[in-house]
Amino acid sequence: MAEGVARELRASFAAGRTRPAEWRAAQLRALVRMIEEKEADISDALHADLAKTHMESYLHEISLAKSACKFALKGLKNWAKPEKVPSAITTFPSTAQIVSEPLGVVLIISAWNYPFLLSIDPVIGAIAAGNAVVLKPSEIAPTTSSLFAKLLPEYVDNSCIKVVEGGVLETTVLLEQKWDKIFYTGSGTVGRIVMAAAAKHLTPVALELGGKCPVIVDSDIDLHVAVKRIAVGKWGCNNGQACIAPDYIITTKSFAPELVDSLKRVLERFYGKDPLQSADLSRIVNSNHFHRLTNLIEDKKVADKIVYGGETDEKQLKIAPTVLLDVPLDTALMTGEIFGPLLPIVTVEKIEESIDFINSKTKPLAAYLFTKNKKLQDEFVANVPAGGMLVNDIALHLTNPHLPFGGVGDSGMGSYHGKFSFDCFSHKKAVLIRGFGGEATARYPPYTQEKQKILRGLINGSFIALILALLGFPREKR
Amino acid sequence: MGSVAEERALGYGGLVSDLRDVYESGRTRDLEWRQSQLKELVRLLREKEEEIFDVLREDLGKHRGESFRDEVGVLAKSVEDKLQNLKKWAAPEKADTPLVAFPATAFVVPEPLGVVLIFSCWNLPIGLVLEPLSGALAAGNAVVVKPSELAPSTAAFLAATIPKYLDSKAVKVVEGGPEVGEKLMEHRWDKVLFTGSSRVGRTIMTKAAKHLTPVALELGSKCPCIVDWLDSNRDSQVAVNRIIGAKWSTCAGQACIAIDYMLVEEEFAPILIELLKSTLKRFFTKPEYMARILNKQHFQRLSDLLEDPRVASSVVHGGYYDPKTLSVEPTILLNPPLDSDIMTEEIFGPLLPIITVKKIEDSITFLKSKAKPLAIYAFTRNEKLKRRIIDETSSGSVTFNDAIVQYGLDSIPFGGVGHSGFGQYHGKYSFEMFSHKKAVLKRSFLIEFMFRYPPWDDSKIGMLRHVFRFDYVNLFLALLGVRR
Repeated sequence: MAEGVARELRASFAAGRTRPAEWRAAQLRALVRMIEEKEADISDALHADLAKTHMESYLHEISLAKSACKFALKGLKNWAKPEKVPSAITTFPSTAQIVSEPLGVVLIISAWNYPFLLSIDPVIGAIAAGNAVVLKPSEIAPTTSSLFAKLLPEYVDNSCIKVVEGGVLETTVLLEQKWDKIFYTGSGTVGRIVMAAAAKHLTPVALELGGKCPVIVDSDIDLHVAVKRIAVGKWGCNNGQACIAPDYIITTKSFAPELVDSLKRVLERFYGKDPLQSADLSRIVNSNHFHRLTNLIEDKKVADKIVYGGETDEKQLKIAPTVLLDVPLDTALMTGEIFGPLLPIVTVEKIEESIDFINSKTKPLAAYLFTKNKKLQDEFVANVPAGGMLVNDIALHLTNPHLPFGGVGDSGMGSYHGKFSFDCFSHKKAVLIRGFGGEATARYPPYTQEKQKILRGLINGSFIALILALLGFPREKR
Repeated sequence: MGSVAEERALGYGGLVSDLRDVYESGRTRDLEWRQSQLKELVRLLREKEEEIFDVLREDLGKHRGESFRDEVGVLAKSVEDKLQNLKKWAAPEKADTPLVAFPATAFVVPEPLGVVLIFSCWNLPIGLVLEPLSGALAAGNAVVVKPSELAPSTAAFLAATIPKYLDSKAVKVVEGGPEVGEKLMEHRWDKVLFTGSSRVGRTIMTKAAKHLTPVALELGSKCPCIVDWLDSNRDSQVAVNRIIGAKWSTCAGQACIAIDYMLVEEEFAPILIELLKSTLKRFFTKPEYMARILNKQHFQRLSDLLEDPRVASSVVHGGYYDPKTLSVEPTILLNPPLDSDIMTEEIFGPLLPIITVKKIEDSITFLKSKAKPLAIYAFTRNEKLKRRIIDETSSGSVTFNDAIVQYGLDSIPFGGVGHSGFGQYHGKYSFEMFSHKKAVLKRSFLIEFMFRYPPWDDSKIGMLRHVFRFDYVNLFLALLGVRR
């Protein structure tokens, strides 16, 4: 089936269906309509798959998807225009430009935690750039996956944009086909498999992976505001199951008690005394992940470090917001990406030590710092490699379409959002246009001394050398 | 770090970890350090120019005229260009922020990737090392360079000379063959640039996948040259000059961007062939003006292409090869069978097939059925044809009315697409190839939107709708408690 899909899309692309600006704009407008008309269905699907509240679904998935579509619609014309660039004396006279062209037929493999957004967002970029697309939504969010399979054909051009559902088996077969780009969002383990499969066909990839996103909390802050932002960035984002959610906090030993106190108060305000009953918390996606998380806190070395929360409900697959303090660094909780509602706090003597601590781990997708101290801010930006960074807030940087969103090192390669999505699925073709004038015989053999002199001057950008070359020096013996 | 032999035996683990330590110390990030490295590269190119000409002649029989034109000359200019622009490229770039995030500042900061590995190819053994090296250094990385062992004098030259000019703690040259390359790829790198064949490219990428090492692949392809009917004699002569320059004058056709084959209208072909013959005679008055075939293997490969009887019978000029001297004379073929090896594999040598079409537009259909090449060339004055070629074909680059010169232009990216590879460099793109563009958003603690936080209710959702529609008026009113 995968082979047939790839073949059909290749034929559609070769026929030029996806290239006209009107087609691309029409697809994007259809997607906007789909999001507007089916908002309730989308929200319901997200609730079925993740117990995501309507608010979160709107805030983090639906609204972002719609604004991404609209941003692409607005920018499309400009993005697709060739970019004129300067030419050089060596090729005088000539004009040069960079032309964006679609890569062809692309495969987008989405994730389960933001199953709507993480599918639509890259698809928008692929369409804007003029490609034919296969979307493989995550089978771990099955309701949303079926929704895509049903809805997309009703709104967009089915001969160029297709949904293929399935699990590991279907994905493996898809990965065996030849694509012009593969865009994958998910874990590092599968990311490696995707890249190795792509290597067989020399297919370029974009990998949006995870990591442990650190949050440095200095004492020189507005504590209450900071803690609210941290809390909503952690538990308000799919209950911590988000690649850019805070994974752990680093603060000073002296500030930790105040921080923990404030966290407790804010958490109670947000989710009440019995958070397992709060309608504002997503559940854990499935029992696999539920047990993965409960195992992390059942470890004896970890369990007695819990300072807040720790309640779990297996039937509902719910885990309450849990804060831990000074968990031993060699535990699974502290070494692997948590991806859940557990928030360990690591303490250091001086806040500056937190930078070395972060750098001792693999490069995260996002790094956060809360401080008013400008010097610390500058040091943080200069010395912490990360996909992206945010000072004094959490996650918001991904909502700015003027900023590239992507990882580095273990957190991935490639970036998207806004124009970067368009670029992600484009080939920037260099076009150099010369005429038949400006013939510099100095270029050709026989390589006499005079020719070499003029050539040297020409390459070094010497105007005089150019004149001489254009005047036909050195004179050729006929 | 141990001796070269020790390192090799241990699989280069020591080398890589040492470089990581050097990088972590922050040495290579310093702007002054980067500038000093680039200045030293310029000095190396200037002071060692004669030696470079010598080793290129030893390895490839390149005439110094060609070496200057294609390797040394463009390189020196390009490195100077990087020096001039370094500060600008390395500076944070402001980005817009939607008003709704006010107050906030957003910018993008380029940072080095870390420790990078550059594999070079044998045909432009100086250029294909030093151009990406200059980009990696400009971007602030620590670098390992593995020159091709098939150009041994150049590899030895680089191994001996680079440490004399550049910071030998942060820039290393590793010599050796494919086994060395394999051992190096067992490690994690922050980026790998590979220039070479698709076969090896696949292996490199597969090994890189184990560590999630990002790669850029500059691979081979069959670069076509479309030659439209040219009315004026002068135009035809200029075209032929440039075609010869892009085939036999560039490493005897052994270059990824050399013209591989031509597409010409059947009526124009004889005219073109006569002109090629006479110009070849005028240009190559001495055998030393054309580079050598690299080695026995490549000679064998090329002579095998001509052994095919259907191919041999299509030779219209040249065709002579001598296994004793490993020389292959400039050869032109007219319509060899499309399924013969010479038309299905990258030639990488001094053989030029000409394929005729009924009308020149047919060449576009021909190209669309083939793998995407690194470069497409077309000699034509027909604006409509130019437009169609740009719009309907895909390639790393397109050059009209000239060839190869796009390589020396720093303002355009150089790289392939599809089977010819991915990743681009030259000029600013060399800097970007070895950088990560980190997004940074800074907010203040002022101005809190209460509706961001749980517990959530419909009124909060309502306010957020205003925010997302950038509907500031209604948002303002809602915040004031006035309902709409």
